[in-house]
Amino acid sequence: MSTEITNEVLLDMHRRMVRIRIFEETAGKMMENGKIPGALHLYVGQEAIAAGVMVHLSNADYITSTHRGHGHLIAKGGEFNYMFAELYGKATGYCKGKGGSMHISNLELGMLGANGIVGGGPPIAMGAAFSCQFRKTKNVAVAFFGDGASNEGAFHEAANMAGLYKLPCVFVCENNGYGEYTPQANHQAIVDVADRAPGYGMPGVIVDGMDAVAVYEAAGEAIQRARDGGGPTLLECKTYRYYDHVGVRGMGLNYRTDEEVEQWKQKDPITNFEAHLAEQGVLSVDAAAAVHSEVRQEVDEGIAFAESSPSPKPAAVTEDVYA
Amino acid sequence: MAEPQTKPRELSYVAAIAEAVRTVMAEQPEAFVAGEDVAGAGGVYGYYGGILQEFGPERVFDTPISEEGIVGLGVGAAATGCRPIIDLMFMDFMGECMDEIANQLAKMRYMFGGRATLPVTILSMAGAGASLAAQHSQSLEAWICHLPGLKVVMASTPYDAKGLIISAARDDNPVIVVLNKMSLAMTGQVPEEPYAIPIGEANILRSGSNYTIIAFGRMVHEALAAAKQLEPLGVDAEVIDLRSLQPFDGKAVMKSVRKTHRALVVHEAVRFGGFGGEIAAQIQELAFDYLDAPVARVGAPFSPVPFSPALETHYVPNAERIVAEAKQQLGL
Repeated sequence: MSTEITNEVLLDMHRRMVRIRIFEETAGKMMENGKIPGALHLYVGQEAIAAGVMVHLSNADYITSTHRGHGHLIAKGGEFNYMFAELYGKATGYCKGKGGSMHISNLELGMLGANGIVGGGPPIAMGAAFSCQFRKTKNVAVAFFGDGASNEGAFHEAANMAGLYKLPCVFVCENNGYGEYTPQANHQAIVDVADRAPGYGMPGVIVDGMDAVAVYEAAGEAIQRARDGGGPTLLECKTYRYYDHVGVRGMGLNYRTDEEVEQWKQKDPITNFEAHLAEQGVLSVDAAAAVHSEVRQEVDEGIAFAESSPSPKPAAVTEDVYA
Repeated sequence: MAEPQTKPRELSYVAAIAEAVRTVMAEQPEAFVAGEDVAGAGGVYGYYGGILQEFGPERVFDTPISEEGIVGLGVGAAATGCRPIIDLMFMDFMGECMDEIANQLAKMRYMFGGRATLPVTILSMAGAGASLAAQHSQSLEAWICHLPGLKVVMASTPYDAKGLIISAARDDNPVIVVLNKMSLAMTGQVPEEPYAIPIGEANILRSGSNYTIIAFGRMVHEALAAAKQLEPLGVDAEVIDLRSLQPFDGKAVMKSVRKTHRALVVHEAVRFGGFGGEIAAQIQELAFDYLDAPVARVGAPFSPVPFSPALETHYVPNAERIVAEAKQQLGL
């Protein structure tokens, strides 16, 4: 573990990861018991990436997310009340119940939306990065996307333009080994998505996406380079999603083995991080448990808020289409 | 809207586009022009000529041939405080960036509960008649009028080109301005000062008592010619230039049809599934009792745009076809 990281940052990343994990586990249950309509794509297993990247960003920095977007919003500072309300489809949600899980967003936090279209985010992040350059701010835009999205033309066009204009844009590929239900080996001829970076004139970096500190260090370098006018980076984080592409089933799936899931869980970004923090005397086992308990309470409050919130009025259907 | 004060000059459609873009760039520091060949070359039809020199490379720049990337750039930049003017050289290229247009640009505001504002202006060229064949000649306005969140305007004259582009750029919504390549050389009266044409209001170009022709884009001129040819037959046609398809000025159309009792819609796009179908449907819904005849529609045949001038001449609707359709409709 790098000595450059302060305990404050370590604890910050820990809390962000725990918030994601408990939110997602609970949201999954709420979907299963029918309280949350529609489809959820859970981020569990990938928490170290959102946490390790987002600690470098302010609300004036932008991100675009994916269909698996709750974790990104949580790490960017999303509040559970408005997030649960959105997932429940309530008028008090971040998007007034009009976006739901796949379009959850908060522009005040610089979160330009989860996206139901695979590869939908990178062009928008590239545009936000252009905006930072155009308006001469020192802000950056980060595009989160998966190994599957790296095969979309949208990613290619965005990466090429970001490289061409030296935009303050960081492309964070969360390579979880599957494009929906198709293993990476069946959807692209390469193992490392980062191999594509030289084709866009940008550095490609590979990092262990289960290790928050490793992500923190690599993301920090890429984001600083972007802020300093050094242009974009493609940062590939090797990771794994514990649950299915959609929903909460994790084991007994026909496209991956339970052994594989178990192997990845050995690298759990939170359990291992907590063991390390305890060992280093940064966060005791009891103190970690206290964080979990605080977050659980925050989740309970969020659910209570969502359940007691009003549904949108029927007239709202045609509101917010135009400015 | 304040009426222009200065004396209009005779200006070409292409020069009117250029003047509108320069006007917008001058009045909006957050505006920039991005597109293929817009900066160094000044645009494939020349209407960006000189704006690179006038506004500098930070505000006028060439992009790779990457339509999805270009529109995405516009979406991301607009959501974060810019007012992009995006050039989509030919409307046919929407196929390359339809996800950005349909799923991102049009829907972002709604999906985010009204918390995003996307002042993007997209300029694009439509129209057949130049032997550019099936992929550079289409009129695809029906694709985009079907997408809630977008505004769609079509400029029939130099005056409208300037006024509609200025209105589009001042609007806080995404607006697609559909221009016509066969109109580039046409000239007309254009005031020198900036002026806006309200989006959503049709323009009555010719007043008439017993027939209504609804047109937009270049077909407006064919409709006016047809109206003249119909005169000796006792048909006194009102000609409406919609100017804006989305929002659609149904009020102006119904007012006219209730007066004239007979209507024909003409557009350059393929007739089947074209925007004319929507107009005809709304007329029968809202003015059924006033109609003395079914609403007639003139559009292109159900085929891609052909290359050969011998075929293309028969493809694009014109005054003669409008007159023929009207005569059949009216039993003349």
